[in-house]
Amino acid sequence: MSTFVELVRRDLRLAWREGGTIGVALGFYLVVVTMLPLGIGPDLNLLTRIAPGVLWVALLLAALLSLGRMFETDLEDGSLEVLATGPLPLAGLAAAKSLAHWLTTGLPLAALAPLLGLLLNLEPEAYGVLAASMLAGTPAVSFLGAVGAALTLRARRGGMLLAFLMLPLFVPTLVFGIEAIRAATLGSAAFVPSFLILCAISLASLVLAPLAAAAALRLQLQ
Amino acid sequence: MDLGPHAAFIWAAYAAVVVVLAALIAWLALDGRRQQQLIDEFEARGVRRRSRHAGEHPEIG
Amino acid sequence: MQTFTQRLANPTRFMALSGQLLPWIGGLACALIAMGLVMAFTAPLDYQQGHAAKIMFVHVPSAWLSMAGYALIAASSFGLLVFRHPLADVSAKAAAPIGATFTLLCLVTGMLWGKPMWGAYWVWDPRLTSVLILFFLYLGLIALRASIEDEALAAKLTAILAIVGIVMLPVIKFSVEWNSLHQPASVMRLGAPTIHPSLLWPLLVMAAGMTALFAALHLKAMRNEILRRRVKALRAVEVEAAGGLASQAAE
Repeated sequence: MSTFVELVRRDLRLAWREGGTIGVALGFYLVVVTMLPLGIGPDLNLLTRIAPGVLWVALLLAALLSLGRMFETDLEDGSLEVLATGPLPLAGLAAAKSLAHWLTTGLPLAALAPLLGLLLNLEPEAYGVLAASMLAGTPAVSFLGAVGAALTLRARRGGMLLAFLMLPLFVPTLVFGIEAIRAATLGSAAFVPSFLILCAISLASLVLAPLAAAAALRLQLQ
Repeated sequence: MDLGPHAAFIWAAYAAVVVVLAALIAWLALDGRRQQQLIDEFEARGVRRRSRHAGEHPEIG
Repeated sequence: MQTFTQRLANPTRFMALSGQLLPWIGGLACALIAMGLVMAFTAPLDYQQGHAAKIMFVHVPSAWLSMAGYALIAASSFGLLVFRHPLADVSAKAAAPIGATFTLLCLVTGMLWGKPMWGAYWVWDPRLTSVLILFFLYLGLIALRASIEDEALAAKLTAILAIVGIVMLPVIKFSVEWNSLHQPASVMRLGAPTIHPSLLWPLLVMAAGMTALFAALHLKAMRNEILRRRVKALRAVEVEAAGGLASQAAE
């Protein structure tokens, strides 16, 4: 357990020291959300309608940027092999890396989203739900992403391949995240089930994804 | 044969199926022939799989 | 007492058995598809869709086979990872392009059905949307395998991806359905026409024929893959022998 905490802490420290990683993800998020209204035109009604979707899709793309590197640095400096033989099981290692990714990427992006909602004329009632749905959904992105990162660890053109592999897997989180926002702004009864399913997907990925990622890591280390 | 106002779409759909499946069949047939040709070339050169070793079927993992 | 799959585990025996089976399955496929085509084009007009419903006879079997193909890959992957069946990876690798092809056919025929029925080639109908995502899953398997040089590693990593995919697939389908149900705008659905018995039989015959075709293609692809691996092994033997001669000459 202490190894787990230590790992998360170490990754947080590295991300904080480098700073660049979080900055790039947030910057990318900002740029993408800015480009869309520039491309679509300033029709405010249209922007309001597409705002939840744009904010979610752009967040997924921004999160994908740093996903590929989740295990890379540890593989390169050999610490992955050391950790694999250590007391923490590989699944725990994968979970620790996923948690660190969520804390350093998912969470900051989710925090930025409401601000970007201003650019897209997001409905006032939607701000709270937006934040809630992203808090509930981004863990799935980080934890499922670890599976993709482990599978593409030594693959050629791993970054692009990772995006291609992950996007179908992100669809449920995307759909229920957006649906929760839409249902809340319409006052529809569909909000609660959508939100609960969103949470369920994240919780399930917390448990199952590290197992798959560990299986892939074990193979990569042979 | 008159297939009504949407005949073009119906013919296009069936044509697509025929063309794509024919291409798939052709690819598989040609690929198989190519591999067999390569194996025959190896055997003509006297290269054989080492069947007396433990890895009798090295082609499978 | 060996089980069927255990007996098939020997590639040589598989080649012999599949070589005998292939012409029969291929012949069956041809016969059934021919019969199905005749039945399809002599089928009566559908009450709502007229002749356009005939596209259903290739679209629906393609949809079934696209999903059956992925299930086959997932089962083969399970066989590789859990049972270490020697031919499991050959089966998974062979099935991917074939399944992807039928998925593509499902999408193309679906678009050609959608245009006359709904006025647009693509309307984000939930069934077609989940087939599109299934297509991406297939492409992902093929791309992942192609990006890893070590064949044995590629086999096992692709197997993990296939199993992750099959677990996510019901969730994805559910989410796409949910999405279409709760959209405020009216949703267009590529509904199958009410299946009249005179339309059901051509559909079943075409489905059976296309399934037999899938089986034949899969067997052929597996045979090709086994041959390809033999070529690779022979190449390695030749290189080794050349290396041995070179070191002998050097002495």
